[in-house]
Amino acid sequence: MPTKIEKDAVTGQDTTGHEWDGIKELNTPLPRWWLYVLYATILISIVYFVLYPAIPWGTGYTEGLLGHTERKALEKSMSELRASRAVYIDEIAKAPLDEIRARPELFKFAAAGGKSAFADNCAPCHAAGGAGRPGFPSLADDIWLWGGKLTEIEQTIRHGVRWEKDEDTRLSEMPRFGADKILATAEIEQLATYVLSLSGGGTASAGETTTAALYTEQCASCHGPAGQGNREFGAPRLADAVWLYGGSREAVARQIAAPRHGVMPAWGGRLDAATIKMLTLYVHSLGGGE
Amino acid sequence: MDAIPNPNAVTIEDAESVRAQREKLPLYTPRVKVFPKQVSGIFRRLKSVTLVVLLGIYYLAPWLRWDRGPGAPDQAFLIDMPSRRAYFLWIEIWPQEVYYLAGLLIIGAFGLFLMTSLFGRVWCGFTCPQTVWTDLFMWVEQWVEGDRNARIKLDQGAWTAGKITKRTIKHVLWLLIALLTGGAWILYFHDAPTLVQDMMHLEIDGAVLFFIGLFTATTYLLAGFAREQVCTYMCPWPRFQSAMLDEDTLTVTYEEWRGEPRGHRKKDQDLSGLGDCVACNQCVAVCPTGIDIRDGSQLECIGCALCVDACNTVMAALGRPPNLIAYDSISRQVGREQGATPRYRLIRPRTLIYAVLLVLVGGAILYSLWSRPSVGLNVIRDRNPLFVQLSDGSIRNGFTVKILNKQRRQRDFILGVHGLPDAKVTVVGQGGAHPTVWLGADPDAVTAFRIFVKAPAQNLAGKSTPFAFVIRENAGNEPGDSERHKSVFRGPEK
Repeated sequence: MPTKIEKDAVTGQDTTGHEWDGIKELNTPLPRWWLYVLYATILISIVYFVLYPAIPWGTGYTEGLLGHTERKALEKSMSELRASRAVYIDEIAKAPLDEIRARPELFKFAAAGGKSAFADNCAPCHAAGGAGRPGFPSLADDIWLWGGKLTEIEQTIRHGVRWEKDEDTRLSEMPRFGADKILATAEIEQLATYVLSLSGGGTASAGETTTAALYTEQCASCHGPAGQGNREFGAPRLADAVWLYGGSREAVARQIAAPRHGVMPAWGGRLDAATIKMLTLYVHSLGGGE
Repeated sequence: MDAIPNPNAVTIEDAESVRAQREKLPLYTPRVKVFPKQVSGIFRRLKSVTLVVLLGIYYLAPWLRWDRGPGAPDQAFLIDMPSRRAYFLWIEIWPQEVYYLAGLLIIGAFGLFLMTSLFGRVWCGFTCPQTVWTDLFMWVEQWVEGDRNARIKLDQGAWTAGKITKRTIKHVLWLLIALLTGGAWILYFHDAPTLVQDMMHLEIDGAVLFFIGLFTATTYLLAGFAREQVCTYMCPWPRFQSAMLDEDTLTVTYEEWRGEPRGHRKKDQDLSGLGDCVACNQCVAVCPTGIDIRDGSQLECIGCALCVDACNTVMAALGRPPNLIAYDSISRQVGREQGATPRYRLIRPRTLIYAVLLVLVGGAILYSLWSRPSVGLNVIRDRNPLFVQLSDGSIRNGFTVKILNKQRRQRDFILGVHGLPDAKVTVVGQGGAHPTVWLGADPDAVTAFRIFVKAPAQNLAGKSTPFAFVIRENAGNEPGDSERHKSVFRGPEK
């Protein structure tokens, strides 16, 4: 509190009476309305205290006259969001895939929805953006095990791959040439060299007749005479640069001896039809869609 | 000294500065009302002309048309928020060029510094919107309620029918001006004729109504009620303007050595030893901020020089030389006191530095505006996946390429890559893979393309190969605009 109001010798102005270590403050009074503005802001804060949740006590809090809660506000905005999306979702559920792709606005929505669903459901195995990982095929490249047309992708997503609980799942199995003693180890080594040479990556000459005959006998029925693969069986193309389980000679030999088989769940029962369609369109747009 | 011929020619005002009145009061004081008296003179005329010119610009500028071709807004000054464009005559500003606004503000700041160090607070006294609208509101007030003494009497008088009528007329007129001010502000953000037509039909949306209301309310409050309180308590400029003032700055000053000792003069009184100031307080009575200029240079003084007009009128009536209160510099006053005929010193290191900075920043902005390209190229590379290995052994990277076409016509560009041998470019949705591709950029818009670039693995430097996208306008035989954007091509480690 002001104690001793003095008149300042230099300016002739009164001091406020405050003193700090000999420093005194001149009283330059503010207009009173300025102070009232401060009081007004305090009053407004009281309005907030009355209208909104404010003061906590042990087990609860003052709820405020408006009955506002963040939870309710979130629910409201989420339901508004769902309502605004419903128009597109219904369209997507009804329209065939080709038609959605041809309608720019609908396709934009579907690809965005697909991207989000992909991140939730698919990215753990296929990686963000469908980049793939060893053992989990890339969805952005130009090779497809089971087909890269819209309907083929949708079929794969809906029914899965080697997913026994789904009757229509994509199913195939490669014999275990080594583990089941169908071929000798030396033959498997020769085959691995031959397979690599199909894509220009091997060192052995492809004209080696005995190995070529062995390939034709054991492999060509699924992987094709020139290693071009067969999508009907999900048999990968061998005559290219992309190797799901590794492209070294050892990795190829290991795959011939005791093949690993990827499994993908059927999403038909887990995701609704519109989401699967959006996923299909998104995956198709990643760079390899046919 | 001469004798004063007729002292009764001057009215003695019962006026005291707000500062003097305030000093008698405690920590918070009630507002000291200011009732400025009407005055005539050169500075009053200057102030009135400025007022008319500035308000004229403010109200008429939105109506100025400027042909920008079909499909483009034809308003000379328009800030089009929904379509993210600002138009100033021939200049069109995109949102990412908002640094021009920063440049404009810097020019404004240096301009203010220069003007202040040369001529004191001319901005405050003549051109500041707060001053202009306050002046206009005071003019209305004077027209309705009369001059200073009538207004004081009315203010202190009882609420008679006459007072109620006068006050009602004044506030209605104020509100009308405020409404016109708020309404005109909105015209800078919408097509003026369309908006006014919509207003006539009462078809205006909530946002427009809100801003009209906001600017109506602030104009009414600030020019009608707050007035000099804005300058004294709210505005930061008076607080640091003293940094730009020096002894050679022209400011509104009282020539103390000539005026003092002041006092009322009697007819045929011997004036030897007395100053020219007759303590008529006219300078205090006309001051719009209610101060006494004879107290010296002070924070509240907005430099409007109305006290100069008031004092010169009195000096003329008394047959004394003018400019006891003058628009003059301290050093000239001191010089005259010592009997010299001092000169104006407008060119000083301070003013030179401000002027040079002003020219530099202005020049930089003009050069930048003059030379800015009419096309821009932005490239965002895909992060997931960084690259894709393709079946033929080549590597593919994905990009989003955005072409900013700042002209109002469709333009074709040829996109190619530099620094990646045998690279092929594919536009997603168009198919095919070519060394270069054609991209059509929409007029006055950003057009985005998904681009795949494919390069043989053996041509890559490893994980990261620097290269550049280049677009060149296909403009027939003429050299078209071109732009370049550096990027990197990612691939497997070698």
